Amino acid sequence: MTRLSEIIRRDLRLALRQGSDSIMVVTFFVLTVVLFPFGLGPETNLLERTSAGILWVTALLASMLSLDRLFLADYEDGSLELLALTPTALELLVIGKVVAHWLTTGLPLIVAAPVLAVLLQMNGDGFATLVLTMLLGTPTLSLIGAIGAALVLGARRGGVLLSLLVLPLYVPVLIFGVGAIDAAVQDLPSKAQLLVLGGMLLAALPLAPWAAAAALRQALE
Amino acid sequence: MTEGWPSSSFSADGLACVRGERVVFAQLDFQLASGEALLLLGPNGSGKSSLLRLLAGLLKPAAGRLSWNGAAVADDREVHAARIHYVGHHDAIKPVLTVLENLRFWARLHDPDSGDEAARMALERFGLWRLHEVPGKLLSAGQKRRLNLSRLLGAPAPVWLLDEPSVALDKASVKTLEAVIAEHRARGGMVILSTHADVDLPGAQALHLDRFAPAPAAAVEAWI
Repeated sequence: MTRLSEIIRRDLRLALRQGSDSIMVVTFFVLTVVLFPFGLGPETNLLERTSAGILWVTALLASMLSLDRLFLADYEDGSLELLALTPTALELLVIGKVVAHWLTTGLPLIVAAPVLAVLLQMNGDGFATLVLTMLLGTPTLSLIGAIGAALVLGARRGGVLLSLLVLPLYVPVLIFGVGAIDAAVQDLPSKAQLLVLGGMLLAALPLAPWAAAAALRQALE
Repeated sequence: MTEGWPSSSFSADGLACVRGERVVFAQLDFQLASGEALLLLGPNGSGKSSLLRLLAGLLKPAAGRLSWNGAAVADDREVHAARIHYVGHHDAIKPVLTVLENLRFWARLHDPDSGDEAARMALERFGLWRLHEVPGKLLSAGQKRRLNLSRLLGAPAPVWLLDEPSVALDKASVKTLEAVIAEHRARGGMVILSTHADVDLPGAQALHLDRFAPAPAAAVEAWI
């Protein structure tokens, strides 16, 4: 456990001092969402109906932006070899890195999302559910993304390959995230969708670090 | 750090290593007891780095087995990882962390109980304490290598696997490294080291890896 907090602290410190990733992700999120009213026209009904989908698809793309850096820097400077030689399960260290990644890229998205929902004229009833779906959904995105990031280590043009690998796996999170918000906006119960999102997070929590650690060991051979 | 390591033995029996489709070495044996050192010699590509990565557990041997006190190393990765320090070609130094933060992270990861005092002593030993607040990006190649080597003293481990540790080091630093290795061996530690330069290891066994290279005709299939 000490080792887990040690790696989270190191990655947070690195992110704070380098600083670019979080800002880039949030800026991409905000700019892309702002493009939609320009593209779709200022018709309030249309924006209101599509707001949940726009926010979720954009959040998904934004969280993918920083994924290729998740293990790449450690891989290139030899840190990954030493992490793999730490007297603890590599899976635990992967969880640590994913937690730090989520805190620096997922959390800022959740903060920005309600502000952008106002811009897209989302019905006020959906706000709480929007934040809740993102709280449950973005950690799942980071976890699934870690598998992709570990698999493309050492590949040329890894970033493009990463999107091809990870985007299809993001679809269930997208469906239930948007479904929950749409239900809340129409005053229908959204508990079922939220439970599925929670279930996906609970399933990804042990499985994704296990798969990512196996891919990392492969990359180091 | 002052008490010695318990008497142990680290041995390899019939090790083989395949990289890509090529057999790098086969039928490699050695036996190392506490306080002993093994010097890996051989031309480029003869498998010195591969052997060290294999001993560290980063690579799996295509054949043969590694044992610690008679028990197979492959049985428990984590216990083996706690026994070794591996210094490879990359220095694993984060440019935005200071010298002390870099070392302390690796020391705590290896041994969560390792204190700041051990980190300070390690940096002093390798002449880096006056730079302890300097970020990693400002270090020269030799200083980075010394910082990487100071991990050896930051958290104790009985087996040191050093892949060409003298690269980028000046003469005085090589002398420091030799002294540190001698103290480690005096406490009952083991050192396995590959080098092209002269690193003085009194009484070390030499292992010429080119002697374990298979005859050109040997088929890869025989080992996998």
